[in-house]
Amino acid sequence: MGLLDIQNLSVDFQTAGGLFRAVDGVDIQCERGEILSIVGESGSGKSVSMLAMMGLLPWTAKINADKMVFDGKDLTKISKRERRKIIGKDMAMIFQEPISSLNPCFTVGFQLGESLKLHLGMNRAERKKRSIELLELVGIPAPETRLSAFPHQLSGGMNQRVMIAMALSGDPKLLIADEPTTALDVTIQAQILDLLVSLQKEKEMALILITHDMGVVAETAERVQVQYAGQRVEEQHVTGLFTDPHHPYTSALLNALPERAVGRKLPSIPGVVPGQYDRPTGCLFAPRCAHVQDDCHGNVTRQSAELGNALCNHPLNAKVTA
Amino acid sequence: MSTAINAVDLKKHYEVGGGMFRKPGLVKALDGASFTLDAGKTLAVVGESGCGKSTLARLVTMIETPTEGSLDIEGKPADSSSVDHRKAVQIVFQNPYSSLNPRHKIRTILEEPLRLNTDMSAEDRGKRAAQTMERVGLRPEHIERYPHMFSGGQRQRIAIARALMLNPRVLVLDEPVSALDLSIQAQVLNILADLQAELGLAYLFISHDLSVVKHIADDVMVMYLGKVVESGAAKDVFANPRHPYTKALLSATPNADPVAKKERIVLTGELPSPLNPPAGCAFNPRCAYASDKCRTSAPALEKLGDVEVACYHPVG
Ligand SMILES: Nc1ncnc2c1ncn2[C@@H]1O[C@H](COP(=O)(O)OP(=O)(O)OP(=O)(O)O)[C@@H](O)[C@H]1O
Ligand SMILES: Nc1ncnc2c1ncn2[C@@H]1O[C@H](COP(=O)(O)OP(=O)(O)OP(=O)(O)O)[C@@H](O)[C@H]1O
Ligand code: SF4
Ligand code: SF4
Ligand SMILES: [Mg+2]
Ligand SMILES: [Mg+2]
Repeated sequence: MGLLDIQNLSVDFQTAGGLFRAVDGVDIQCERGEILSIVGESGSGKSVSMLAMMGLLPWTAKINADKMVFDGKDLTKISKRERRKIIGKDMAMIFQEPISSLNPCFTVGFQLGESLKLHLGMNRAERKKRSIELLELVGIPAPETRLSAFPHQLSGGMNQRVMIAMALSGDPKLLIADEPTTALDVTIQAQILDLLVSLQKEKEMALILITHDMGVVAETAERVQVQYAGQRVEEQHVTGLFTDPHHPYTSALLNALPERAVGRKLPSIPGVVPGQYDRPTGCLFAPRCAHVQDDCHGNVTRQSAELGNALCNHPLNAKVTA
Repeated sequence: MSTAINAVDLKKHYEVGGGMFRKPGLVKALDGASFTLDAGKTLAVVGESGCGKSTLARLVTMIETPTEGSLDIEGKPADSSSVDHRKAVQIVFQNPYSSLNPRHKIRTILEEPLRLNTDMSAEDRGKRAAQTMERVGLRPEHIERYPHMFSGGQRQRIAIARALMLNPRVLVLDEPVSALDLSIQAQVLNILADLQAELGLAYLFISHDLSVVKHIADDVMVMYLGKVVESGAAKDVFANPRHPYTKALLSATPNADPVAKKERIVLTGELPSPLNPPAGCAFNPRCAYASDKCRTSAPALEKLGDVEVACYHPVG
């Protein structure tokens, strides 16, 4: 049985202009020890769907799902108290903005210690020992002296690693990493990604990696899920996704990669993602799609797994076209 | 081909932290950069955070004056009091969300440089603003809108349009696409390529994304802790990096191809503090090839084949 099984997740925000659908019927499945990557345009609901799962959205968010099962427990049915025992321990998250998720008033050592006390009930000496181990694990030099440092005394890359150490403190079964390396230099990014992958291997930890960097996806992920305007539009094994994308959005996204350019001009996707007020009926990608046909403005079909579960009436298929 | 910018041994040092009981420290944010940028060409500047890229951008746009070294714009020493020089070099910043004043309409934003630097009539200013909007692929009828009514890519085009208002010959682009989605990044890079072809603009293009640099740059300059460690034609540097840092940087850049063979050099340690740089070659604590010599004296940038490299034991 899979570690995580989320079906038909929707999130609506109450806004001044009415309800806004940020996540629209998304499925997310993740096996134990698997690396799943979620990619997609900014604002496509990647972060919000993760926060919904962790119960970290504000009250203005209305969450609906047919199923939300983690590690055999139905997250929609358990009490708040039980959920708190899971979140931060078995299911941990590294947030998009590292600085804002560390408390500036407390030392790194104190914050790590609190997390260990809460989740593992360790005593003082154990906490100190484990904190040093964790900082060492994430490659922070001289970890003993860093315990007494405040977040502002560390560089952005170091803070990001402290965040990762904290997320790892409860030995999570699932680590959700939301743009964990965007703020970092490539040489530091390479260190962090290697670390995450080695942990995933050693500890059988599942990893959901959200990133804009298709290079990171290609080198790290096993399976990739593509989101567009709050919907899951495709899902494939990483090699298949890069070589034989089925949804026109995935294909257009990959074509925009500078690495793939032939000549100076990059094939860009015209227009922008629909917003709250110009959401089309039918396929949400239709206004920007190079393959749009009349029937795209009506019902949209979910294709089979062989076609990447593409949410598209006219999926691309390199094998057939070739 | 005419030379747009010529810089010789540019330096910028900042004094920091001097308090009541502390000696002020000296940050050598930029510690000797020399380069030539020709009209119609793109010179990319790459390197880790804090290596001095934005400092270089501020010197070239005359926002700050160098501590040492010389900077020529189109053959004449840079002069921030010269209207011609102020017009010649314009800058576009990284963040399209914060670089535009949210309380000003696009018209005001675009016309401001004209109001400050020319005696054009209001009517001519308006015409020129509308033309420039078209040039970057924006609809001129949106001129009365405010920045928040545009997407990130559109805002970055507004920033580019603003930089174009004074007919510059050089654009300094400080991480111009870093905050944008891949699909929007492609739109903006295309516009930059078109403008360069049409107007013969020279670009000083700062970016940490090597795949973008590889796509857009003619020449590339790799910096580490305020110094240029390697420079040359982009095709040469990418095909055969000679400085160990350049090599590590290239190998650390993820390749968007899941079947490609990858051989990654994982550097240990971090960029050292510019307040307290290591003795000798600044890269030596992280370098796999460091020798005793590297720990005592700093290598100068020297010609090596088709490129220039600052290293005692070049690789490749
Ligand atoms: N608290 C909120 N109230 C209203 N709308 C919100 C709220 N939080 C997020 N949204 C909206 O929900 C949508 C999805 O946001 P989300 O942060 O999940 O995007 P994302 O895919 O993570 O994008 P990015 O790649 O930029 O991080 C966006 O349109 C966003 O503006
Ligand atoms: N006004 C200043 N006073 C003191 N130090 C400064 C000043 N401006 C920059 N520095 C320092 O100079 C060094 C180079 O900074 P710079 O902003 O040029 O780096 P960068 O290469 O643009 O980095 P990034 O990729 O993060 O934008 C840094 O160590 C920075 O802290
Ligand atoms: S359903 Fe039609 S418009 Fe939508 S992605 Fe498929 S082909 Fe394009
Ligand atoms: S000079 Fe020495 S330490 Fe510096 S990069 Fe070359 S080999 Fe490495
Ligand atoms: Mg997000
Ligand atoms: Mg900068």
